[in-house]
Formats: sequence, C-alpha cells, structure tokens
Amino acid sequence: MINIRPGLLLALLLAAGAACVLAGVLVGSTGWADLRDEGMGIILWEIRLPRSLGAWWAGALLGMAGAMSQGLFRNPLADPYLLGSASGAGLAVAVALALTGVSPQTSSLLAHIGLTGMAFVGTLLGVGLTLMLARGVEQTLRLLLAGVVVGVVLNALTGLATLWAPDILRAMQAFLLGNTGLLGWSSVTVMAACGIAALVIGLLASPALDALALGEATAASLGVRLPLLRLLLILAFALATGAAVAQTGIVAFVGLVAPHLVRSVCPTLHGRLIGLSAAAGGALLLAADVLARGLIRPQELPVGLVTALLGGLYLLVLMHRRSGSTQR
Amino acid sequence: MLERLITTLLLAVALPAGAVEIKDDLGQVTQIPAPPQRIVSLLPSLTETVCELGACARLVGVDRYSNFPAQVNALPKLGGMEDTNVELIASLKPDVVLVAVSSRVSERLKALGIKVVALEPRSYKDVQRVLGIIGQVLGVDDAQRVWRHIEAGVAAAASSVPARARGVKVYYEVASGLYAAGESSFVGETLARLGAGNIIPANLGPFPKINPEYVVKANPALIMIGARGSEGLTERPGWNRIDAVKRGRICVFRTEDGDILARPGPRMAEAAQIMAKCLREKVGP
Repeated sequence: MINIRPGLLLALLLAAGAACVLAGVLVGSTGWADLRDEGMGIILWEIRLPRSLGAWWAGALLGMAGAMSQGLFRNPLADPYLLGSASGAGLAVAVALALTGVSPQTSSLLAHIGLTGMAFVGTLLGVGLTLMLARGVEQTLRLLLAGVVVGVVLNALTGLATLWAPDILRAMQAFLLGNTGLLGWSSVTVMAACGIAALVIGLLASPALDALALGEATAASLGVRLPLLRLLLILAFALATGAAVAQTGIVAFVGLVAPHLVRSVCPTLHGRLIGLSAAAGGALLLAADVLARGLIRPQELPVGLVTALLGGLYLLVLMHRRSGSTQR
Repeated sequence: MLERLITTLLLAVALPAGAVEIKDDLGQVTQIPAPPQRIVSLLPSLTETVCELGACARLVGVDRYSNFPAQVNALPKLGGMEDTNVELIASLKPDVVLVAVSSRVSERLKALGIKVVALEPRSYKDVQRVLGIIGQVLGVDDAQRVWRHIEAGVAAAASSVPARARGVKVYYEVASGLYAAGESSFVGETLARLGAGNIIPANLGPFPKINPEYVVKANPALIMIGARGSEGLTERPGWNRIDAVKRGRICVFRTEDGDILARPGPRMAEAAQIMAKCLREKVGP
C-alpha cells in the first residue's frame, strides 16, 4: 500500500494543480503554436488563466463538498449532488431558459439574476426543501431519503420544462454535462470566496465528523453537539456545491472520487481529508478541462464526460487493487 | 383486340392508378396504393411540408411540436420523439405516417401494419429531396414548385443584403455552452447564400461545441443568437475584444422566431429573410 504523509500529499496535489494551470494557459483553441500571436497576452490573461483557475476552484469546491457529505452520511457513495442540490440547480436553469423571451418582465428579471444566480438559488432551494422534508438534520437516513425524493421530483419537473420548451435541450445538455468554457475573473472570485468560507466551516466542524465515524450514539456520548454541527456542515456543503454548480454546471464524479483518491493513499482525519480532497478535486477537474479543450480543438468535449471517464477509470483501478491486496 | 382489352383491364386491377413505390431515407421501400387521405406527421418540418403542398386537410394527427400552420394545432397531438403515443396513432387509422429517421416508433407502427415513411431533412438538398418524396406520397404533381418558391425567397433575401455586408464574418450561436452553426449546417448554407461568411468551417461539422476562445480569435464582425442563452453574451471573458461586441453588431432573434430559424423546411426562405434583415440593419447599407 502506498502511504503518503498529509503534508507531502497536499504539496504534491497543489503542484499537480499548478502544473495543470500552466498546461491550461498553454492549451488554447488552436494548440500551442499560437503563443506568438498579437493580442495573445489578453487571451492568456482574460480567457485561459481565469478559465484554468476557475476549473481548479470548481473542482476544489466539489472535492471538499464530497468529503463533507461522505463524512456526514458515513457513506462512501455520497457526493455533492445529494440533498437535491444538483436537481434544484438543473430545474432553476431549465425554468430560466424556458422563460427567456416569454414576457418582458421575466426576461428583465432573469437578466438581473443571470443563469449563474438562478442555478445558485436553485441549489439552495433544493437543499432547503430536503431539510424541510426531513424535518431538520437529526436523522441521517431521513435526510438521505428526502434528498433522493427531492432529486427525483425536481428532475421530473426539469423534464416537464424541457418538454414544454424543447429548444432548450441543447443548452440544458451543456449544463448537465458541465461547462468550464465561460469562466472569467468574476467567477474565480466568487468560487474562491465561497471555497474559503466553506473550507473554514468544514475545518471547524471536522472533529464532529471524526466522532461521527464511530457512530451517532458514540459521537453524542463524546459531547459532540451533532445537530448544530450537522447544520453548519450542510450549509458549507450547500455553499460549496451551489457555487460550483452555478459556475460550471453539473460536473460528474469529481466530488465522489476526490475523497476516495485521498483516502486510498493517505488515511487521515476529516479536517485534513476535506483540505486534501479540495486539492485533489481541483487538480482532477482542471486536468479534465485541459483534456476537454485540447483533444479535438477547436471543438470541446463536455468536461463532465472527461471527469467521469478519468474518475471512473481511477475508481476501477482502486477497486481492483484493493480486492487484489485482500486476496494476498 | 378483346384479348388486349382484358390484359389492360387486368393490369389496371393489379396496379391501381396512382400506386407509387416510395424509397425513404432509411432505404426502405413502401407501396402506397392510392394517394393517402389520412396522414400522420411526427416531425414539425414534415408537417409544414405536407401543408405547403396543400394537403393540410389530409393530416389527422401531428407530433407535440408541430405548431405551424396554425390549423394543425387543432389536430390530436401524438407526443414527441421519445414518447410517441402509438395507441392513439393506431386509433386514427392513418394511411401513412411520416416520421423522423431517428424516431424509434417506426418499427412498432410497421408491426401494426401501418405504412411508415422515414424522412429527415438536414440540409437544403435534403429539403428539396424530401419535398419530392412527400409530393410523390401525396400524389401532388408539382412538388418542386414549392422548392422553386423557397429558392426564390432565399434569393430575394440575398439580394436585399447590401454589398457592404457581403463576406462579413458571422458567428451564429445555436445554444449556450457554445454550440455554433457551422458552414455545413442548413443555417450555414443560408448564411452562405446570403453572401455572409461563417467563422465555423465545414470540417467542424454542422453544430459543433466550440471553445469560446476560438470565437474571440476568429473575431466575427456580426453575432446572431436566439433570445434564449443570449443573456450575458457581452460579459463573457474576453468577448469585449470581438468587433461585433465592440460595435454592438449582435442580433438577438426573438423566441417566437426560433421555430422558423431552427427547422429545415418550407419556411427556410422566411429564416433567410430574418437573417438578411439582421445583416441589413447591423452592417448597414
């Protein structure tokens, strides 16, 4: 088994992220050769750098949200899109697209909030609805079930919206498969601010996750104020997921795979896991983005497809290695 | 003499007048014994074609998205591509059903003994061919008259485009997430016929998903986009460097015109006129 110290792993992951940022700055719509073009400085500064940093931050948000939700639900299959966050965002975007141009009032309202704002609000509404249905955060199972129900119902409503306005299908597909193409400096700022806030809350609440790993009863007997900390964590989780989804759409698998990646090489406490998962998620999503825009340039692959392929392959390798080592 | 008469009569019975063999876009041959009087159309552009050929009254049902001409809205709606209502179609007892090539319902309908013709117009050439085939199906003599009408409409639109606008580089966005209309799409064909340029070359395919940076570097002088997804266009990173954005040469098409612009069918001339109007107003005389 590989076992890396947390500090070293963090340094490695951050270095990988930095290398990917460099690659992201170099890979453009026509490849490497165009660095000598005039006006290239602006393209590098206004398009490639914020896009690369934005993709890193989106991955970091998803990675930390994934680590929080896997700890909170004590379930290795938990991911940031639980609790109705993804379906809420999807519905909000579908409704916003469908209502565009229907009446001047709706159009001007949408122009004020923007699709990103709508997606963010949608995420928070989805999670809020789940919390209401679960009547608070006391029971993990009820929360999960409520999240599944909210997800199914909101996805059905999204389906209805696309049925009503079929010409939004292509735009919806872009949203559902993730899109890092339009990230600018403002997106980077928003995601970085949300990321730092969520990380701080996550780190503060992480002792509760460590206690929770021993079971709810034990955690309570250790004097952990579970309800409060759970609520805080869910807030941080919703903030991180909402910021990422609003800016990049639904990028599959990053939030699920990043904590697994970290745990497989460095079993550690939840505080470190959250930070390391953020670094791993950032590197993964950014690497996927570089591939997505580089492979068939000037066309792009949806970044969510690339993360799913990369993450899926990695999980398979991980499973294979684990089952191999238990047999030995 | 009598023998010959009998042979002729026999032949007439065996091959009734008006019987045609139709080879559709899947290469399947369908016998249509007589001009069908009960027609179902499951693709908006096919519905529009049937009506343009003067057979709107023979339609007994259409798919959910067929909404033009207005009279088809009174017909039973038979669902969409993925959720076609087979039972309702069967109960309408159609003589022929016109479907899209990608529709999954044709096998099911054929198994029920219903005649199916699969057609999918994607380009100008396709539209002309589909007009011909539907004309055959309907037993309409001069289907190409409609084609000539479309051609004339597009040509008229093209002649209304001022000389200054010829060759102007256009970026036509089909959906946000950056799907563009390339030269090989029917939208791109219309642009070419109007004399405008297109920043998306044919080798990228009809509607490629492109890197936004590519648009910035290609620096189009005019942007065409539907109202849906146009929000925030000018604030996209780096896009303030694009000539079209700098000079406000952006046409945002109305949502109501979306169907006209997105359907390769009889209303292509109308679409060409909308695009020509954009060229006239934004690039100027």
